Amino acid sequence: MTDGVASARSALAREHACVLLHEMRRIRRFEEKCAELYSAGKIRGFLHLYIGEEAVAVGAMQGLSHEDAIVSTYREHGHALARGIGASALMAEMFGKREGCSHGRGGSMHVFDAATRFFGGNAIVGGGLPLAVGLALADRITGRPRMTACFFGDGAVAEGEFHESLNLAALWKLPVLFLCENNLYAMGTRIDRAQSQTDLRVKAQSYLVPAETVDGMDVIAVEEATRRIADGVRRGDGPAFIEFRTYRFRAHSMFDPELYRDKEEVERWKGRDPIATLEKRLKEEGLVTDQLIEALDVSVADEMDEAVQFAENGTWEPVEDLLRDVYTRRS
Amino acid sequence: MPTLGSDMEDGTLVEWLKHPGDRVKHGDIIAVVDTEKGAIEIEVFEDGMLETIAVEPGEKVPVGTVLAIIRGSGAEKTTIEATPGRRPASIVAPPVLTSTTQPPLPAPPETARRLRASPLARRRASELGVDLGTVRGTGSQGTVTREDIERVAAQKAAAPQAPAEPHVRRDMRAAIAAAMTRSKKEIPHYYLSTAIDMSTAISWLRAQNEQRPITERLLAIALFVKALALALHEVPELNGHWIDGAFRQGAGVHVGCAIALRGGGLVAPAVHDADQKDLGTLMRQISDLVARARAGSLRSSELADPTITVTSLGDQGVDAAFGIIYPPQVALVGFGRISDRPWASEGKIEARPVVTATLAADHRASDGHRGGLLLAAIDRLLHAPQKL
Amino acid sequence: MITTYREAVRTALREALRRDPRVFLMGEDVGRYGGSYGVSKGLLDEFGPERIRDTPLSESTFVGAGIGAALGGLRPIVEVMTVNFSLLALDQIVNNAATIRHMSGGQFSIPLGIRMATGAGRQLAAQHAHSLEGWYAHIPGIRIVTPATLEDARGMLWTALEDPDPVLIFEHQTLYNMEGPLADTAGAVDIDHAAVRRSGSDVSLITYGGTLGRTLQAADELARDGVDAEVIDLRTLRPLDMATIEASVKKTHRVVIVDEGWRSGSLSAEISARLAESLFYDLDAPIARVCTAEVPIPYPKHLEDAALPQTPAIVNAARSMVGARV
Repeated sequence: MTDGVASARSALAREHACVLLHEMRRIRRFEEKCAELYSAGKIRGFLHLYIGEEAVAVGAMQGLSHEDAIVSTYREHGHALARGIGASALMAEMFGKREGCSHGRGGSMHVFDAATRFFGGNAIVGGGLPLAVGLALADRITGRPRMTACFFGDGAVAEGEFHESLNLAALWKLPVLFLCENNLYAMGTRIDRAQSQTDLRVKAQSYLVPAETVDGMDVIAVEEATRRIADGVRRGDGPAFIEFRTYRFRAHSMFDPELYRDKEEVERWKGRDPIATLEKRLKEEGLVTDQLIEALDVSVADEMDEAVQFAENGTWEPVEDLLRDVYTRRS
Repeated sequence: MPTLGSDMEDGTLVEWLKHPGDRVKHGDIIAVVDTEKGAIEIEVFEDGMLETIAVEPGEKVPVGTVLAIIRGSGAEKTTIEATPGRRPASIVAPPVLTSTTQPPLPAPPETARRLRASPLARRRASELGVDLGTVRGTGSQGTVTREDIERVAAQKAAAPQAPAEPHVRRDMRAAIAAAMTRSKKEIPHYYLSTAIDMSTAISWLRAQNEQRPITERLLAIALFVKALALALHEVPELNGHWIDGAFRQGAGVHVGCAIALRGGGLVAPAVHDADQKDLGTLMRQISDLVARARAGSLRSSELADPTITVTSLGDQGVDAAFGIIYPPQVALVGFGRISDRPWASEGKIEARPVVTATLAADHRASDGHRGGLLLAAIDRLLHAPQKL
Repeated sequence: MITTYREAVRTALREALRRDPRVFLMGEDVGRYGGSYGVSKGLLDEFGPERIRDTPLSESTFVGAGIGAALGGLRPIVEVMTVNFSLLALDQIVNNAATIRHMSGGQFSIPLGIRMATGAGRQLAAQHAHSLEGWYAHIPGIRIVTPATLEDARGMLWTALEDPDPVLIFEHQTLYNMEGPLADTAGAVDIDHAAVRRSGSDVSLITYGGTLGRTLQAADELARDGVDAEVIDLRTLRPLDMATIEASVKKTHRVVIVDEGWRSGSLSAEISARLAESLFYDLDAPIARVCTAEVPIPYPKHLEDAALPQTPAIVNAARSMVGARV
C-alpha cells in the first residue's frame, strides 16, 4: 500500500467517522430538545425517546440504499433523522404543525415521508412487519432490485405477526431485512419475563431466515453488518434477521417512573454510550480532535435550534380541513 | 299537564318560562298553558331544578301528561302534572262533574298517554291547521298518521265555513252548560237571603278612600270578600268540598271570585287565605285577578282550589243573585247592587244603602240554620268595617 | 347469459388480472384449491403462481402484506376466506389500511381490495356465521361494499380496484349459487350509490347483501295486501348514500331496516339514527328494524332460521306500520 492510498483511505475513514458521530449527536440533541419541549407542553401525546440506541439507526441507515423502503416503530425519531428526513420537518411533526413531515396528523409516533421511502412509525407493536413483507412482495413482483428494512423491538418478537411475517417472507423469499432492536425491555417487561427463548436468532432461524446478533452500541459494527447482509437480501437471497443488542437510557415514555429496572443497570449501560464510545475510539486513532467535536456540537445545536424555531413558526391546520386525507376522493 | 278544573281535558303548552337546568322554587311560574279558558300560568310547588322538558311549545296534551321533570333538592324527581299535595279539587267556573260513580276530579293517573301521532302527522296538522286532538288515528295502535290529518283537512275544506265565533268560547259555553246542569242535577241546593244595611260600611269606605291614593281605593267587594271569609270561621261546614260522599273542610279560606269574561263565559279564581289579608291587599288581589282573568293569564293554583265562591252582579243593577254551586264546593254567596232602600230602624223609616246577600248551599253538607248563621255573621261584620 | 354469482365474481377477477398487471390475488387456498367457495377456480392455471398466491394461514400478515404491496405500487386483491377469520387481521385493517393515508398527511394511499365471504344460513354454527360488515362500516378510511346482485358481483370489484383507498367487499356466502341472467356487456358499476331495487310508495324496506332477496320477496307479499313497498339495496355501507335513502323515505314516510347484523350498535341502528336526525318530521311511523336475534348463530337449522331476518318478519314489520289501512 502506498502512502498516498493509505492517506486517502484515512481521510475517507475520518470523514465517514465524522458522519457517524454527527448523525448520532443530531439524534441525541434532537431528542433532548424533545424532552424539554414535552415538559413545556409544546409536544404532546406519547413521546418515546431513543437516547442510548442511536448507533443502531445511524449504522443501519448507512448500510441501506436510498432505494430501499423503511418501516419503523413508534420510537422512530432516530430512524427518521438518520434516513434523511430534515430535523425541521420532523420537529414540526412533533408539534403537530402543518409543516410537519406527516402534515402534523401523525405526531411523534407516525412519521411518514414519501421522498425517503419512510413508511411510517407504526405504533402497534408488530404491526409494521406485514407491511414490510408486502412492500417487499411488490418489489419482488415488479422485479425491482431493492429491499425493505423493517425495524422492530424485542417486544414484537412475541407477537404473532412476527412469526407470520418471517414465515411468509422466507416462504416467498422476499427481500425483507428484519432489524430487531433488542433493548431488553418490552415497555417495562424484561425479555426473560416475556419470552421462553431469549436468543432471538433461534426464532428467525426456525423459519430458515439467516440471523446474526450484533453489538448495537457499536455504530461501526452495526453499519458493517447491515451493509453486508442488506446486499445479500437485495441480491435475492431472501429475508434476513439481525438482532442489535442495545439499551434505552431513558424511560419507555415520558410518563414512566421506571419501576422495573435498577438504576445500576442503566448506569452500567450508560458506560457503553455509543456516542462517547465512538468519540473515544476516534480520538485514540487520531481521526478526530476535541476541536472538531466541539465544532460538530455547535453545528448540531444550531441545527436543532433552527428546527425548534421552524416548528414554533409553523402553522396550525385550519379546523375546516379536519376531514382531509381520510379518503383520497372526498365523498 | 295539571288539571285546572274538572272540566279540563287537555292543554296546549304555549311557552316555557324556565328551562332545563334552571333552579325553580315553590311559587315560580314555569310555563304558560293555553286551555279552552285561555292562557294559564303554571306554577311549581317544589324547590329544585328543572331537569327535562317533555312537552314542547305548540303541543296539545291531555291532562296528566308529564310536562317536565323537576329534581327536588332532596334529589327525588317530581313530575309536573297535577298539583301535588293539593287536591286539585274544584275550581274554575264552570266545572264539569265526571259522574256520580266516579269521584269528581281525581288527579289523572300518571300513565295518562300522550296523544299518539306520528311526527309527520304533527307537522301536517300544524301546516293544515288541524287540531290533532280531534282526529281519530287509524295507524298502528290508533296512532294519528299523515293520512288521517289530510283526510280531516279535506273534510274541513269541503264543509261550509262555520260562523266566525271563536271555538274557544264555544267550548267554554258547552263546558258551562254541562257543569251547571250537573250541579243542578246532583246538588240539593237551598237558598237564603238577607238584606244588609250598608250605611256604616259605605261611610267608612268613603272616609278610607279619601285618605288613599286613587290606585289604592277600596270597593265594597273587598268588604264582602273579607266579611264572608271571616264569617266562614263561624260556619266552617260551608267552606270546603263535597268529595266521595262526604264534606271535607278547606285547609284555608280561598274565596273564588266569579269574573265575567269579555265576550261571554266566566272564571272564578281564588283569593287565597282571604281571611288572613287586610282590605288593601284583598282589593289589590281582586283587581289583579280580574285583569289577569281577562288577559288569560291566571295561575293554575288560583283556578284549582277555591273553597267557596262569591258572585257580585251589583254592577249590572241586579238586586240579588242566587247562584248555582260550583262543584265540589258546597256554597256560593251572592251580593246584589247596593242601593238606597227604605229602611226601618228604631221606629223610623229612612233611606239607607242596602245590599241583598244570598246564599246557595249544598243541603248534603249543611242545613238552613247554619246557612242563616253565615249570612247573619256577614251582616254583623259589615257593620263593623273598621275591624275587617 | 345465465350465470351464477360465483362465476360473476370469478369473471370480475379474471378481467382485473387481465386488464392490469399490477393486480394479483392472494389468500388462503385461492390457488390450487380454487378458493374455499370455488370463486378463483381455474385462475392459477391462467395467471400462474406469481399472481394467484396461496398464503399460509396468517390473516394478519397476508392482509398486511396486501397493504404493503399497495403501498409499493401494486393493486392487490386479498381474499380473506370469511369475515370470521378477518378478525385475525383486524389490526392491519383498522390500524393500518384505514389510517395510513391520514397519518401520513396524504402522502400514501392504499389501493387495496379485500374480499371476504360473510353471513349465516348454512348451518355452520357460531364461528362461521358472523355478519360483521356493519362493524367495519364504523371505521373511517375504508370503504365497505356488499354486492347483492349478479351485476354488482361482476362490476364492483373493478371499481373497487380503481379506488385509491382500501375497499372491503363482502360477499354473502348464500349468494354464490344464485343464478340468473347477466348481460354479456356487464362490467364495472359505480360503488357510490344505493339502488332502488323496487319502487313503491307506502314503505321503504332498506337492506343490503344476503337479505336483499328475502326483502324483495317480502315486498311481493306486501303487494298482495295492497301495500306498495320500495326496496333499497344499500350496496355500499360506508360511505352511506343517505341521499337515496332519504329520497325514498320522503316519499313513503315509513321505514323498515333489514340487517343480518345484530341490532345492538349496528348499521341498522346507524341508519335509524340518521333518519331520526334528518327526517323526523317526515316519519309517519316509528322506524322498524328486522335484525338477527342477539345470539351467537346456533347450529340447528330451525334455530338458525329463527335467529335470522326472514321474510314473514319483514312483512309483519311493514304491515303493522301501515296500521288500519290494511
